[in-house]
Amino acid sequence: MSISRRRVRAIVRKEFREYRHNGNIIYTMAILPVIFLIQPLVQAFAAPASASATLRQEHSLLYLLAIPLLVPAGVAAYAIVGERLQGTLEPVLGTPVRRTELLLGKALAAVAPSVVVAYTVYALFVAVIELFARPSVASALIQGPELVAQLLFTPLLAAWSTWVGVGVSVRSRDPRNASGVAMLLSLPMVAITSLIAFNVIPATLAVAFAFAVALVVLDRLGWRVASGLFDRERLIVGTK
Amino acid sequence: MNADRSGPAISVRGLSKRFGDRVAFDDVSFEIGYGEVFGFLGPNGAGKTTTVRTLGALVAPTSGTATVASIPLTPANGVEIRSRIAIMPESPGLYMRLTVIENLECFADLNDVPDAPARIAGALRAVGLADRARDVCGALSKGLRQRVALARALLPRPDVLFLDEPTAGLDPAATREVHELIDDLRKRGVTIFLTTHRLEEAERLCDRIAILKTTLRVTGRPDELRDRLFARTVTVTTLAPLPNPDLVFAGLPTVDSWRQDGATGYVLTVSDPALAAPAVTRALVRAGADVLTVGRSHHSLEDIYLTLLDREDEVDRK
Repeated sequence: MSISRRRVRAIVRKEFREYRHNGNIIYTMAILPVIFLIQPLVQAFAAPASASATLRQEHSLLYLLAIPLLVPAGVAAYAIVGERLQGTLEPVLGTPVRRTELLLGKALAAVAPSVVVAYTVYALFVAVIELFARPSVASALIQGPELVAQLLFTPLLAAWSTWVGVGVSVRSRDPRNASGVAMLLSLPMVAITSLIAFNVIPATLAVAFAFAVALVVLDRLGWRVASGLFDRERLIVGTK
Repeated sequence: MNADRSGPAISVRGLSKRFGDRVAFDDVSFEIGYGEVFGFLGPNGAGKTTTVRTLGALVAPTSGTATVASIPLTPANGVEIRSRIAIMPESPGLYMRLTVIENLECFADLNDVPDAPARIAGALRAVGLADRARDVCGALSKGLRQRVALARALLPRPDVLFLDEPTAGLDPAATREVHELIDDLRKRGVTIFLTTHRLEEAERLCDRIAILKTTLRVTGRPDELRDRLFARTVTVTTLAPLPNPDLVFAGLPTVDSWRQDGATGYVLTVSDPALAAPAVTRALVRAGADVLTVGRSHHSLEDIYLTLLDREDEVDRK
């Protein structure tokens, strides 16, 4: 089965236009990451120079990986149920669009801004630390491998969280419920990243590799499961 | 429009849809030719919208067969069918925060419309919205939103256009505008499947109609149905009561019987009103009657619809 890029692009473009016309979506996306910045910034500025050795052993910034997990979940959870609520789903499903195209478009439209927000917040954090924190603390906090981990895992985690949100959205009747359930289902992954950040799971190269492979597999699985949950008839008629 | 137009645009045989124990429609059969405007009438909850959704490959039938735009209605053909038809649902279903043109651009891409800008401009001109392209849909009136939805349905130049209650909730002026648009489409040879419970709308716009109330009660041209359901009659009104009506009406060609309707009114059952009316007029003049009116009885589609559903309800009760 082929996927029409034009149709996927149509969905993505439509979503982006809706973001542009509805600034609240972007503000909501940005608020959570900004809150997430407070704790590491306080920690960085409060830490004495002598703490740099301890900081170097920890990977506390990996906790910022919760951002790409939590931000897209809410957006993706609205993707299908929101269309249903607005009455726009039936006209869309009345076109030749395939469910995979629709879901892929919806997912990309949730992942892309989430990744941009997560990267921006992280870049902002790095810039503030490099400019204003004690140099020893800055060099302890900003480590090459962690930077790579942020760059690599942010899209993978955002994709996972998005598929969770889309999967919930295709089965939900209420956007508020969908958003809550999607956030809840993203929490186990938040727990894993937190355990790595707090050194409960050692942040080794082998762990990173295994985690990346697992996420790639999970992301593909998430797409398949979300597509499997998508039932055109149920979404239109609301029964079955 | 590239379908094989030698067969019917839509052919339905014994189609049924059930949701658990609830029957949406049952054992429905009909055919619609290309270029025909087919009215699908029925009360609320009769199964009209579910029929449209089924024929639009949005909902799977429980049993029966159908071809839509000459393509067999099967799950495997869903994408192919949806690329040959367009459905305008009862609610316009527009993205209210987006402009008219942004809505149409999205659907042009979803329908894989070639030369989208020209098609969009054409569709906007067809519905008289060329100057409102940059307006946000949420700021448009209900009638204008309906027009945008119609423009959206026209974008793929469908072989079959399904219009589900296109004038529901519109004021008379907006309703007239939508009727004019449908008239225009009919002149352009678009096959239209129109569901409505507005009988005057069906009478004005449709070549043939079907009346559905879970099962299909009747199909035909409105005048055929009139002939089928009602006796042909000529009504006469005179200034004063006729002293001996039987002498006037008996023996006239094509007049089968007559009855009095009020003091000065007479209803004649005839086999051919065109022959009977002049003969009756001459007989009345010969009898020295002061004739006020002589005319064919007109039964509206509403009469047909109500008579038919009343009869069916009576049968159901028995």
